[in-house]
Amino acid sequence: MLQGWIQIALTLLIVVLITPLLGGYIARIFLGERTPLDRLLSPLEQIIYRLSGIPVETEMMAWQYIQAVLFSNLVMAVFVFTIFMFQGLLPLNPTDLGAPTWDTALHTAISFITNTNQQHYSGETTFSYFSQVMALGFLFFTSAATGIAVAIAFIRGLTGRPLGNFYVDLILSITRILLPISLVGAVVLMAAGIPETLSAPVIVPTLEDPTVQQAIALGPVAHFEIIKELGENGGGFFAVNSAHPFENPNGLTNLIQILAMMAIPTSLIYTYGIFANNRKQAWLIYGMVFGIYLVFIGVATIAEYQGNPAVNALLSSPQPNLEGKEVRFGWAQSVLYAVTTTGTMCGAVNSMHDSFMPLGGAVLLANLFLQIIWGGQGTGTAYLFAYLILAVFITGLMVGRTPEFLGRKIEKREVVLTSLLILLVHPIFILIPGAITLAFPEQLAGITNSGFHGLSQVMYEYASAAANNGSGFEGLADSQPAATALWWNLSTSVSLLAGRYIPMIALVLLADGMSRKPVVPMTTGTLRTDTGLFTGITAGVILIMGALTFFPVLALGAIAEAFQIAGGI
Amino acid sequence: MSTQTKRRGDRKHTPKTKMIGLYKRAIQDAFHKLDPRIAVRNPVMFLVWVGTIVTALVTLDPNLFGTVTADPNQQRLLNGLITLILFFTVVFANFAEAVAEGRGKAQADSLRATRSDTMARKVLPDGSTQSVPSTALRRGEQVKVIAGEIIPVDGEVVSGIASVDESAITGESAPVLKQPGTDIASSVTGGTRVMSDELLIRITADPGQGFIDRMIALVEGAERSKTPNEIALTVLLTVLTQVFLIVVATLSPLANYVNTPTTIAILISLLVALIPTTIGGLLSAIGIAGMDRVAQFNVIATSGRAVEACGDVNTLVLDKTGTITLGNRLADEFIPVNGHSLDRLATIALASSLFDETPEGRSIVQLAEKLGAKLDFQPETTEGVEFSARTRMSGTNLAHGQQIRKGAVDAIKGFVRSRGGSLTPELDATYERVSKLGGTPLAVCQDSEIYGVIYLKDIVKPGIKERFDQLRCMGVRTIMLTGDNRITASVIAQEAGVDDFIAEATPEDKIDVIRQEQSQGKLVAMTGDGTNDAPALAQANVGLAMNSGTQAAKEAANMVDLDSDPTKLIDLVTIGKQLLITRGALTTFSIANDIAKYFAIIPTIFSAAGIGALNIMGLKSPQSAILSALIYNALIIPALIPLALKGVEFRPLTADQLLRRNILFFGLGGVIAPFIAIKLIDVILPFA
Repeated sequence: MLQGWIQIALTLLIVVLITPLLGGYIARIFLGERTPLDRLLSPLEQIIYRLSGIPVETEMMAWQYIQAVLFSNLVMAVFVFTIFMFQGLLPLNPTDLGAPTWDTALHTAISFITNTNQQHYSGETTFSYFSQVMALGFLFFTSAATGIAVAIAFIRGLTGRPLGNFYVDLILSITRILLPISLVGAVVLMAAGIPETLSAPVIVPTLEDPTVQQAIALGPVAHFEIIKELGENGGGFFAVNSAHPFENPNGLTNLIQILAMMAIPTSLIYTYGIFANNRKQAWLIYGMVFGIYLVFIGVATIAEYQGNPAVNALLSSPQPNLEGKEVRFGWAQSVLYAVTTTGTMCGAVNSMHDSFMPLGGAVLLANLFLQIIWGGQGTGTAYLFAYLILAVFITGLMVGRTPEFLGRKIEKREVVLTSLLILLVHPIFILIPGAITLAFPEQLAGITNSGFHGLSQVMYEYASAAANNGSGFEGLADSQPAATALWWNLSTSVSLLAGRYIPMIALVLLADGMSRKPVVPMTTGTLRTDTGLFTGITAGVILIMGALTFFPVLALGAIAEAFQIAGGI
Repeated sequence: MSTQTKRRGDRKHTPKTKMIGLYKRAIQDAFHKLDPRIAVRNPVMFLVWVGTIVTALVTLDPNLFGTVTADPNQQRLLNGLITLILFFTVVFANFAEAVAEGRGKAQADSLRATRSDTMARKVLPDGSTQSVPSTALRRGEQVKVIAGEIIPVDGEVVSGIASVDESAITGESAPVLKQPGTDIASSVTGGTRVMSDELLIRITADPGQGFIDRMIALVEGAERSKTPNEIALTVLLTVLTQVFLIVVATLSPLANYVNTPTTIAILISLLVALIPTTIGGLLSAIGIAGMDRVAQFNVIATSGRAVEACGDVNTLVLDKTGTITLGNRLADEFIPVNGHSLDRLATIALASSLFDETPEGRSIVQLAEKLGAKLDFQPETTEGVEFSARTRMSGTNLAHGQQIRKGAVDAIKGFVRSRGGSLTPELDATYERVSKLGGTPLAVCQDSEIYGVIYLKDIVKPGIKERFDQLRCMGVRTIMLTGDNRITASVIAQEAGVDDFIAEATPEDKIDVIRQEQSQGKLVAMTGDGTNDAPALAQANVGLAMNSGTQAAKEAANMVDLDSDPTKLIDLVTIGKQLLITRGALTTFSIANDIAKYFAIIPTIFSAAGIGALNIMGLKSPQSAILSALIYNALIIPALIPLALKGVEFRPLTADQLLRRNILFFGLGGVIAPFIAIKLIDVILPFA
């Protein structure tokens, strides 16, 4: 027990130490200040700008920015979809894989361009090395960079600056943040035992029966792995993702993966603090998220540590729930990984979320519902501030002034955009498709577990899509050639797209509107948003809003299941 | 603050007797507002109304939307009760709005009573008069009004001096003097009565567009449009309603999937319990009541927007005279010079002011008598010399030819010099000293001998410093404008505790100050009465014109104070803040309530799913839980009407202190209160 807690505590300590360093570095990049890599990378960026013809100096207006996001993402998605459909003709295909079905290709392209990486396929038997590296690996960088760019534009707008240029921010995110860290990380992961090869799977005779041969899948995994985590992508090279010994062989790689997942979402809060020139507020918000994160880890850890009463009765001693977990990680590292991957919208998994105890599963679901327990690459930080704006609006009236955030009045436009962003999009694209699927469980879902757990499985799938997380509770017949795969591929695609781009449009418009507002000077009559009191109220608003919307799903799913198991049924 | 506020609060426009009729009318209106065309304006309550109709249908036929397994008669009873409660929820919300509107209407009625279609004496170009109905009068024409008659329309006095009873609009019974020429006293309002003499008036507003007509339209709410803040809040409430609509609509397949099916009436009950009906039902009442509170202060606001803006004001620009100081300088001290005794100076000062009827003169007499001074001559034998702008002194000529004078130090020096008297530096030193203290020095002399200086002091209104301290605490800055010199101004500014002051200010300075503050993003409020204040009143975010002021000032302002008391601007800031706080507090309360309602309904209706342990209130049955939550939901609206109308109590605290207080009371209270209330109702309900 103690060892597990120490593992968790040490990991989180490292996260906190990284935050000001990386957060400060990100701020310097996007404030145009000098950074250590300038001499090396500036010429490279100049070449990219010149070749691509990006008007570097042009500040984009809100709709230009939105157009740039949508247009660039569309082009990339079409490019990737084309690679999938023609992978049979393309090189680096040692296992001679043909094109996947159109709906799998479409869902995968959408899933990866939206930084979600929900996978309705098994990597080693569906996509060639070329598709994995050139299509999926490519989107690993660009979709993460899109998120960072939008977050930076949002922070700029919130703090009264022009939004900036999307293409420049996209390139800087890659050249200055994602690529350097990935290069170093990939080398370390290789050294730690992750393969990086283009050679075909190794065929070996099995130990049990030497006449039976087994193919051991290989591939260029190490470089894939680091950006998978760092960019909150989460799409596994192999079907079982980071539970696979070639994706995540040992404790060191597991630690690096958790740190990589946490690094950017945590740091961006600090970056905001520098932009707003209010580090106190940044640390308060950081503390608030950290607090909720710790509670979630606590609940899930205790649930897993206590184990399943039915199993414990058989074993006649209490044992942690290790079903679906890798023994090399144990309960502590599995729970920390699961809470982190659902919280940061990474979606990589090192254990089977489906096998978590109901309360552990409820925590993972809650992460997907709230979307801000660190949240996705960039978008999580932006949502966090949208929540703050919402909290300012609801409670700020109580000090007798029109609510204002950072000196800018919160009016109809801001309320429309934030409430749409925070309150409406998420339930629409989780609850409605989820309800349709559950109304026709036989025809549409193909659920392995009926009852409460099946309900959670379906809701998890849509929540994962709409939150752009990508992890699965699994247990659904969502892969071709299952009959229900077409429904899953198409319906989740809608949630993926809506969950990604509607909020992004709203964020850019919100930031743009805020940046144009006149700043009202601070007085003692102004509601300060950088106090413990206000941060606490924000936490309350986040939890109540989240709970109000998704309480029935948790009550009829995970909570009912928990009572069922506790009752020994 | 307290005494003044009380006095104002007591004098309401709405007579008490009318309040009883008001509730009767409000109940009627509450049912009138069920008309879907009216109901649709409030999206939250409209949804409840639609829900009521659906539950009414399933009361008639429980199997309308699919077969229900339970006993149909029991279903009918439950559905019927739900329908009834939902219906009353809508009626209560309508009632809240109707009560708030009713107060405005009552006020409008009493105003309308003053407006009569009397005959007026129109003055023709040849000078003769012609009797015409007052409605036939047009802007630019002239009318003659004599004692006992009602002034037919708004206008400016062209000639004549008369006292006018303006109690109909101000509630002030003392008549006011109206005469041409002066900015302030020349404007008259239609509906007021001439008490003595007669006036020739040039009409400045067509009938139906006069001041009273606009006031009636405003207090009646005919022109009430939602304020930006109200619109933003409505958006949020609408989105929340949509969210809950999705949550409840999708709940049915979820419940069926886990074999705990439920009925449409129960789902509608859950929906109504969750959507923010409390704030949705009270929102417009809060807004109307805010306008009404302003009206009870005898201030007419041209829009709800103006009232809200008061709460946001960062800077008050205040005239010194009449707002910060009493307006008159009063004698504070006698300072003898040239070796004269204080008693002697007091006696001379008393003699000099014998005929001075100005407040300054009266205060000199008072101070002299307090010091024991007595006249050493018969007043009847003397002759008063009035103050004139040319001589800048006044005084008394005694029987033996002695001339006693008091006046500006320069003027007295000239007077003494002309009589061969000598001047000493002591006088100049005293003059300087008094000036530096912010006072006005008046020299007193008898013939060629100067006896000393009277220190006339600007008296800061009692309690004003505390008000400014409160404002500072709320984050409102005060800037004092005065025509005085810098030294005088700085002394008063310090004494009154204003944050900044502009000395030797011209009307142009006023508008400059406002623009300068606004350029820093601040909202500025000011008061004014003269025509030359009009541009500044228009420029300010909140412009409060005095009713005694000119038509131009009143038109430029967005509020008019019927009592002409500029100090009210400070009260208006409080009212504006109170309005916003009430709205925020009830929103928070309404949303916080949802937690308890969830815990009441979900565990009981889905107890078959094994989540009965979440029924932490221990409610008796699903039926009882749903009815308890709905009854609470309905009753909380009328229970909060008094709070919505009166407003949340406002204390001058900093934003953080206010937030802590209100979040504790309405946030935490909003979480806890319904748990207790729903449990209580559940205990009382006879449902098993």
